[in-house]
Amino acid sequence: MPANTGTPLVELRDISIAFGGIKAVDRVTVDLYPGEVVGLLGHNGAGKSTLIKCLSGAYRADAGEVFINGEKVEITNPRDARAHNIETIYQTLALADNLDAASNLFLGRELVTAAGFVDDARMEAETRKIMARLNPNFAKFNVPVSALSGGQRQSVAIARAVYFNARILIMDEPTAALGPHETQMVADLIQELKKQGIGIFLIEHDIHAVMDLCDRASVMKNGQLVGTVNVADVTDEDILGMIILGKKPGQAA
Amino acid sequence: MTQSAQQTARDGKDGNVLSRFLKATEIDTRLLGMVGALLLIWIGFHFYGMMKFGTGAFLTPRNLWNLSVQTASIGIMACGMVLVIVTRHIDLSVGSVLGFTAMIMGMVQVRWLPEVFGLGHPMIVVLTILVGLVLGAMVGALHGWLIAYRGIPAFIVTLGGLLVWRGMAFLVARGETISPVDSTFALLGGGPYGSVGALGSWIVGAICCAGVVFLIVNGRSQRRKFDFPLRPVWAEYFLAALGCGLIVGTVLLFNNYPWPIGIVRQYAAANDITLPEGGLFISHGFAIPVLILIAVGISMTILMTRTRFGRYVFAIGGNPDAALLAGIDVKWVTVKIFALMGFLTALAAIVASARLNSATNALGTLDELYVIAAAVIGGTSLAGGVGTIYGAILGALVMQSLKTGMVLIGFDAAIQNIVVGAVLVLAVYVDILYRKRSK
Repeated sequence: MPANTGTPLVELRDISIAFGGIKAVDRVTVDLYPGEVVGLLGHNGAGKSTLIKCLSGAYRADAGEVFINGEKVEITNPRDARAHNIETIYQTLALADNLDAASNLFLGRELVTAAGFVDDARMEAETRKIMARLNPNFAKFNVPVSALSGGQRQSVAIARAVYFNARILIMDEPTAALGPHETQMVADLIQELKKQGIGIFLIEHDIHAVMDLCDRASVMKNGQLVGTVNVADVTDEDILGMIILGKKPGQAA
Repeated sequence: MTQSAQQTARDGKDGNVLSRFLKATEIDTRLLGMVGALLLIWIGFHFYGMMKFGTGAFLTPRNLWNLSVQTASIGIMACGMVLVIVTRHIDLSVGSVLGFTAMIMGMVQVRWLPEVFGLGHPMIVVLTILVGLVLGAMVGALHGWLIAYRGIPAFIVTLGGLLVWRGMAFLVARGETISPVDSTFALLGGGPYGSVGALGSWIVGAICCAGVVFLIVNGRSQRRKFDFPLRPVWAEYFLAALGCGLIVGTVLLFNNYPWPIGIVRQYAAANDITLPEGGLFISHGFAIPVLILIAVGISMTILMTRTRFGRYVFAIGGNPDAALLAGIDVKWVTVKIFALMGFLTALAAIVASARLNSATNALGTLDELYVIAAAVIGGTSLAGGVGTIYGAILGALVMQSLKTGMVLIGFDAAIQNIVVGAVLVLAVYVDILYRKRSK
């Protein structure tokens, strides 16, 4: 467990965003240190994904500030987020089904030749390299990703986040569509990325995965932050209580 | 190595000679199907004509040359329509935009510029074309802006455009026909003078053959550089021979269509040549509009498969949300796609009005339907994300072959419409069956 002193890698401060009068996220503050995994928990509709989309550039917060390494930054679109080495693995995977693995991996950041044309051969070679590391069984490089299984698609989405040297990784239910073997693969990967000093926000429903993988857990309910706890200091019952009742452990139920 | 061996073994289980041949050469079976359908149409019309009139008129150098010229205008627009449909939009306005840009170009070259430069000044053609292409691109960009930044569905924007631009085409000259156009401009529509002749065609053919060989050699060296599986050597030779054979065959075909005797006499008189006994055999060769179509086809293929822009077009078609999350400026790309569609429509307007030697406000009426049909027959999926430029050009050729063929064997306009409509529905149905099977 890293000592959370010094400057956080990311700090989301007093973030608020509303859709048609409903406050999806209401003055939420969370932070993330290098080499740390922070779980974001809560019911469906608690505002986890919306909060995190303000960091990944998919949404713009109505109010609040984002600090990266202590510096205030403006993230107005996904390109800004990528420029700050923030990579996101979305719940919906966000893959273009009609393109192959390499095209998806490099989507928006294609390798080009000296003449400015996309360099498919080099992109495929790079894709083969990273896939050999992440998922050695992956062999379908020349077919659209619609022809891949859920696990294979997931490894493409993860490869995309890992390839570009992310410092901050957002994973929105990365194991939702996976079998036990592939879930283990993702867990191993998270441990490895932690060692490299990458900070990870992990949105997760499975309480056991949270207890196993996360250092801290921030729980949200109805758009508000219930609280943030050190996972080592609490039991899964405590966290469930926070999710269901919206009470911090120690408070009278 | 073991992996590719396994793969061969797996593919080999339903592998007769044909499927192994297709596997090795990597020829798209869809493409093969379309070429087959095209040949069937051609041969069918030819033999129907033979039985009915004693001589088949379809498979003659003259008819095939005319077919190539008639395909040019629709083919050029179909290339742009592929991008529009791939991104899940539609453009119903191309016929009207063609009419509008043709009318403006007619006015520019016949009424306005001659007053400035004097009749027949070379700047007239240059400025006319420039005005037309910029105007087309601006009209398209306006459509794109309304669709992308104002959120109006493309169907509605371009349906409105269909009416608006047709009306504007009428207003430009209060419905008058502008004729004749500038004599240099008219060359862009084809005809004996608007063709490059035998030597020119051989030069074009040689350049195309060199291109085919370069693509094959370069592709092979790229694959070797990154250790990707290679096609067998015989397949490479076969593809090179096939490509060059088709090109040489086309050159021979078009060079075999001589100028009509009247034009030859006119030409001889103008150049002080005494006509020999048997007349002069002057080849048409490639018509300029066909060369424009070829150039558009090659450039658009490069744009779609080799540039970031093309990659984004496909990504947006496959999953607009993913494209957005990947940092692609989807709205701006949409504007560019429609601007490109407008640009190509103006180019088609140049070809169409030059060919008629006049600009009329009705020019291009119903073209939108033929263009969309060409793209769809050519395998562009209305669900988005899938489509090829060569398919759209082949689709345009199929549509034009049907039209031409039915005129040759004397079907009247009503039956032509019925057949073209039925073929469109049938083509899409076959396409759906094909996609289901290949899944």
